[in-house]
Amino acid sequence: MVVDTKLFDVKNISFSYEDEEIFSDISFSINRGDVLCILGPNGTGKTTLIKCLNGLHEIRSGEILINGENMKKLSFREISRHIGYIPQSHVPSFPFKVFDVVLMGRAPYLNLTDSPKEEDVKIAEAALKTLGIENLKDKEYTNLSGGERQLVFLARVLCQKPDILILDEPTSHLDFGNQIKLLEIIDNLSKSGLAIIMSSHFPDHAFLSSTKVAIMKDKKFIDFGVPDDVVTEENLKKAYSIDVRLMELDDKRKVCVPMKTNLKLDL
Amino acid sequence: MDKETKEIISIILLIFFPIVLFFASFLIGRYPISPVDVVNTILCPIFPQLEVNSTVTTIVYEIRLPRILGAIVVGACLAISGAAFQSIFKNPLVSSDLLGVSNGAGFGAALAILLSGANIITQIFAFIFGLISVATTYLISRTYKAGGILVLVLSGVAISAFFNSLISAIKFIADPDDKLPEIVYWLMGSLASINADKLLMILIPVIIGLVILLLLRWHMNLLAMGDEEAQSLGLNPSRVRLLIIAGCTLLTSAAVSISGIVGWVGLIIPHMARMIVGPDNRVLLPASLSLGASFLLLIDNISRAVIAIEIPIGILTAIIGVPIFLYLLKRGYSEWS
Repeated sequence: MVVDTKLFDVKNISFSYEDEEIFSDISFSINRGDVLCILGPNGTGKTTLIKCLNGLHEIRSGEILINGENMKKLSFREISRHIGYIPQSHVPSFPFKVFDVVLMGRAPYLNLTDSPKEEDVKIAEAALKTLGIENLKDKEYTNLSGGERQLVFLARVLCQKPDILILDEPTSHLDFGNQIKLLEIIDNLSKSGLAIIMSSHFPDHAFLSSTKVAIMKDKKFIDFGVPDDVVTEENLKKAYSIDVRLMELDDKRKVCVPMKTNLKLDL
Repeated sequence: MDKETKEIISIILLIFFPIVLFFASFLIGRYPISPVDVVNTILCPIFPQLEVNSTVTTIVYEIRLPRILGAIVVGACLAISGAAFQSIFKNPLVSSDLLGVSNGAGFGAALAILLSGANIITQIFAFIFGLISVATTYLISRTYKAGGILVLVLSGVAISAFFNSLISAIKFIADPDDKLPEIVYWLMGSLASINADKLLMILIPVIIGLVILLLLRWHMNLLAMGDEEAQSLGLNPSRVRLLIIAGCTLLTSAAVSISGIVGWVGLIIPHMARMIVGPDNRVLLPASLSLGASFLLLIDNISRAVIAIEIPIGILTAIIGVPIFLYLLKRGYSEWS
């Protein structure tokens, strides 16, 4: 019998800060080529969940398996070779050159006393090329637009040569056009064999590039599955407490339109 | 400014200037020595056929060389640890005494002067109490659960203030005729009493500290992006930070133990270096090292040459450092980096 090992297998995990439980009993698994989109209202703990998935927070119970290996037994360094992570927001640091930022993605393969070598430089250059941002190479990353900076961080993550990408609201600081471009990049990356987990505030995004969707509400996943099954008017109402209409565009793509709540303020 | 001009400026400022300054510094002092004599004297151990005068040899090797080396070592140590601290605390406004090393060393020195007065005891006490104060800061910050950088910095402020008050207490009970002036003078910083023995005593901590910082310098870039990002790139941020703090503390304690408290070097030099070579620590650390060395050597030369009575160097670094700092602040990073 062939044992089917999932690339990323999350089993009954829970997390709490001190005594406050943030989420419990969350399970799912994804494989290469999958894009999992985690939806949910503000404050449900999507970011906390993501920080548990990439090992930044220690889970209270349950287990996370990467290629069948328990993440708890892996060092930060080993985890960083499997998982690439882009946080939701980045507090700008010193004005590093874009290339130096991308090069940081080679750290998982370098000893503490090493600096990047020629081979690492080549890998970083290739990552810039893949994302079409070679022209930014010598710019200061602190002076870039939100969209450009997100591409720089993507290039850095690609240098880690991960199997899994974990992105915390990757579109949140991007304009309308850049959001779609980023989702298409994500789509491309997943087709090249990466597994991707991202959180989002836009249910539409689930239809654009995801193969799986989870809706997080009240400390757990209220639904998990393929976009067409999960992103429904009913589920969205449960999640966001507003009426949502699902519409189909000419090319059969679905979009979600939130209905007005007729909120009247007593001013 | 374009890339090539910047490169030329960096090479002149970071490589040629320190070399010229090093030789020029031998010319300064009460006994006049000609440039030719300086070069001959310095080179004569390598080329024994050169003719040298024995008085000149004594002055060059026993008086001026230790002092010049002292200025170089102190300036370099303070500047490189300031640069490292700024990176790992992700903050361009911190300097090498952020975690209390200077006041700890100051207390050690004051205590030693009060109890003994022997130069060597003062140096050892200053060095050890510098290490103790940073270790205390670190251990206290570890007792807070959700701490991180902020708790570490605040413990540093507290420990610094604590040792500062101990210094005041010692000053209060010290004999105002001899001990008190000696303590005050030490705290103002001076390179006047540096000799070969003092330099030899700090050789090992300085080498260890420099090796740690220079080896880890690329990984400091990762810490400068914040702990979570550093960890997601495979680093154990608190462990690496501890190593770097240890390296910086060895260097700063060693420097302070022979010079007394010399402020501002560890703050402004990394800024100047960053404006010249950018924030990448692979280049920034060596650049700070070189710039710090020549800055303090230059200031010490001024303190020896310009005024008849020697001004404590800590006063001069502050008088010169503050306007430079304000200027750098105003100018910001936009133009150079």
